[in-house]
Amino acid sequence: MANAHSNDKYYIPHSSPWPLLGSVSLFVLMAGAALTVDGSPMGSSVLGAGFLLLFALLFFWFRTVVNENQAGTYNLGVDQSFRMAMRWFIFSEVMFFAAFFGALFYVRELALPWLSGTGAKHLAGDLLWPQFGGGWPTNGPQALGPKGDSSTFETIPALGVPLLNTLLLLSSGVTITIAHHALRAGKRGVLKLSLAATFILGFIFVYFQGSEYHHAYTELGLTLGTGIYGSTFFMLTGFHGLHVTIGAIMLLVIWLRVMSGHFTPERHFAFEAVAWYWHFVDVVWLGLYIFVYWM
Amino acid sequence: MAHADTHAAHDHDHDHKPSGIGRWLFATNHKDIGTLYLLFALLMFFIGGAMALAIRAELYKPGLQFFDPGFYNSLLTSHALVMIFGAVMPAFVGLANWMIPLQIGAPDMALPRMNNYSFWILPFAFTLLLSSFFTAGGGPAGGWTLYPPLSLQAGDSFPLTIFAIHMMGASSIMGAINVIVTIMNMRAPGMTLLKLPLFCWTWLITAYLLIAVMPVLAGAVTMLLTDHYFGTSFFNPAGGGDPVMFQHIFWFFGHPEVYILILPAFGIVSEIIPTFARKPLFGYDAMVYATASIAFLSFIVWAHHMFTVGMPLAGEMFFMLSTMLIAIPTGVKVFNWTATMWKGSMTFEPPMLFALAFLFLFTIGGFSGLMLAIAPADFQYQDTYFVVAHFHYVLVPGAVFAIMAAVYYWLPKWTGHMYNMRLANWHFWVSTVSVNVLFFPQHFLGLAGMPRRIPDYSTQFTDWNMVSSVGGFVFGFSQILFVILIWQCVRGGAKATDKVWDGLSHGLEWTVPSPAPYHSFDTPPEVH
Repeated sequence: MANAHSNDKYYIPHSSPWPLLGSVSLFVLMAGAALTVDGSPMGSSVLGAGFLLLFALLFFWFRTVVNENQAGTYNLGVDQSFRMAMRWFIFSEVMFFAAFFGALFYVRELALPWLSGTGAKHLAGDLLWPQFGGGWPTNGPQALGPKGDSSTFETIPALGVPLLNTLLLLSSGVTITIAHHALRAGKRGVLKLSLAATFILGFIFVYFQGSEYHHAYTELGLTLGTGIYGSTFFMLTGFHGLHVTIGAIMLLVIWLRVMSGHFTPERHFAFEAVAWYWHFVDVVWLGLYIFVYWM
Repeated sequence: MAHADTHAAHDHDHDHKPSGIGRWLFATNHKDIGTLYLLFALLMFFIGGAMALAIRAELYKPGLQFFDPGFYNSLLTSHALVMIFGAVMPAFVGLANWMIPLQIGAPDMALPRMNNYSFWILPFAFTLLLSSFFTAGGGPAGGWTLYPPLSLQAGDSFPLTIFAIHMMGASSIMGAINVIVTIMNMRAPGMTLLKLPLFCWTWLITAYLLIAVMPVLAGAVTMLLTDHYFGTSFFNPAGGGDPVMFQHIFWFFGHPEVYILILPAFGIVSEIIPTFARKPLFGYDAMVYATASIAFLSFIVWAHHMFTVGMPLAGEMFFMLSTMLIAIPTGVKVFNWTATMWKGSMTFEPPMLFALAFLFLFTIGGFSGLMLAIAPADFQYQDTYFVVAHFHYVLVPGAVFAIMAAVYYWLPKWTGHMYNMRLANWHFWVSTVSVNVLFFPQHFLGLAGMPRRIPDYSTQFTDWNMVSSVGGFVFGFSQILFVILIWQCVRGGAKATDKVWDGLSHGLEWTVPSPAPYHSFDTPPEVH
């Protein structure tokens, strides 16, 4: 099979400083975070430097990759590798959320019944807090008021803003599909509009989520410290909100690339990767809506 | 799967190596990155080993000799983290980097820059982890399992440990994605999945496990972090949480993790035994399916680490029985390795010696694992030295011996030189005798009731602890022979042939020259 073009068989990227600098930026970021939570006076500046370095790194690394791609150096094999890698990355994200959903289910199905004196391990409740009822939502036995109830906070009703947010995200799932079809059909105008609609819907979602948090903290008495309900609620919705934010920024970058004339009807891996990511964020939200807000 | 469809010309000179320090800092070559991983793992093996020797020195006799109990606990915790995440896992990733492209007929890993990223995260992660020794309150001391509430009582080392684990996790996930994509997308034409060398198969399944469970560990330690600093109540019953829940989440990661530490070892042994028995591997398909079965079972056995924590009886029963099921696919493997040697023309070069020691000694660890799987008996063994003996048998003469076997098997292919066989034999015999002197008495100590994770002990345990410590020091210092041997082999030695081992050395890695060319295969080789 050896021939004059044997080097075309495979693509090997040239060496790059970005992986090493990526490790340095991650190190500064993590050390800054550790110093911050330990209460060190220089913590926040190291943390800020870490974020700046990481953002700069991401910008330059992605710029290198985009430029190489635009120069036509990536063959179909590389494209396939990128696709597989993105799918497995999304699977790892699914497992990250699974840990928090698992915590929610474990607490509601096992730990709280035991704490309230029912089930196989009822002794925990019988001995520690016999008056604890263990209903959901709860902030745990520590907050038992004089009447033995723990309803010192209110939750966000599922039919209000969360339902609106569900509609927003589902609509954004439709608009990105329209954008994808338009890209494949070569209709750049529809592509630009519906892709813009997608990230705008995403940012509106983030805005509503932020205002809900504000509402919860200032009026409902629902905070990260509100027992196990507050813990699961804010960690699940918070990590989801972070992923929506990242996804919306990714969509924005893709939109800017579309505006610069990138992507062809046949080759548009980055668009598809971001679309997969967006659908993943969408599906996680449906899980949140059902298990956190509704049930 | 060849990338036959290409439309760009590159002017790569495939024999040109980048020069200077940049070759290593900005590496994209799978062999260079593999070398970095292996050297890093070796360094961590000695750092973790020094901690182990400090522990064995303290335990040489009862009473407190050298350290206060807090520092002892830090040594113990860091020893585990360094050996698991710093030595064994990076060593396997290093071997994967070197060997997978060579074994599947690819020029390199699929994602070379991410490959370099996943390596370079590690030195920084361990700098973060080990720097915690110099913070107020000393290093992490709650055990590598980080059980709350104990782990939450740590000093300033706590967030450093958590964030170091996050970095190690990110590195592992990237490494695992790279392995899967390389194997699924870069195989030479004709190499169907059931022609894949077993080292690649076991690594493929290991990579699936890594991607599935490292994010769960990230979730667990994130909950610890927010419980400590941000007022959440995941593991605090007063807020409606449950400390036992941490153990469930941790071991949902932790049990697949222990197979992450052993499955590539199975692959290595499955490569070596056929070569030196001069027979094809007995039951190749069964080996693949057994590996997959072990991986599947690893997700449904986690609570056997917590039999004494107070689970409902149904939980004890389920996890006891599912754990015992693992003996079936593992038994298939041991049977097949043995059957491979049946009536073979055996020779006993260093890789084969280490593989055989693996076979015997890993099986001892497997059997003590079966004893621990019996829930009522485990109530006696839990948190004793019997557990320490069990997991050190599967990890040291198990995983670590397999890594050494792999180095002895492939080192001539990497360097182009044969190594000093006499020195290798010395290394093998001193290591194998001393590792048993080190760990076998710990079975007796555990059955007699000596608790683990404690710097002092009752005087009736003195004799076997002394024996164990002597074994530990001999084992530790005998590893210097390994370093000398590698150093000599890199520097020079008899020229290695392409096949290196005359017997039935099988697989694509033996079709290229020794040392292997910088980019392993310019064009995809044909596999029949």
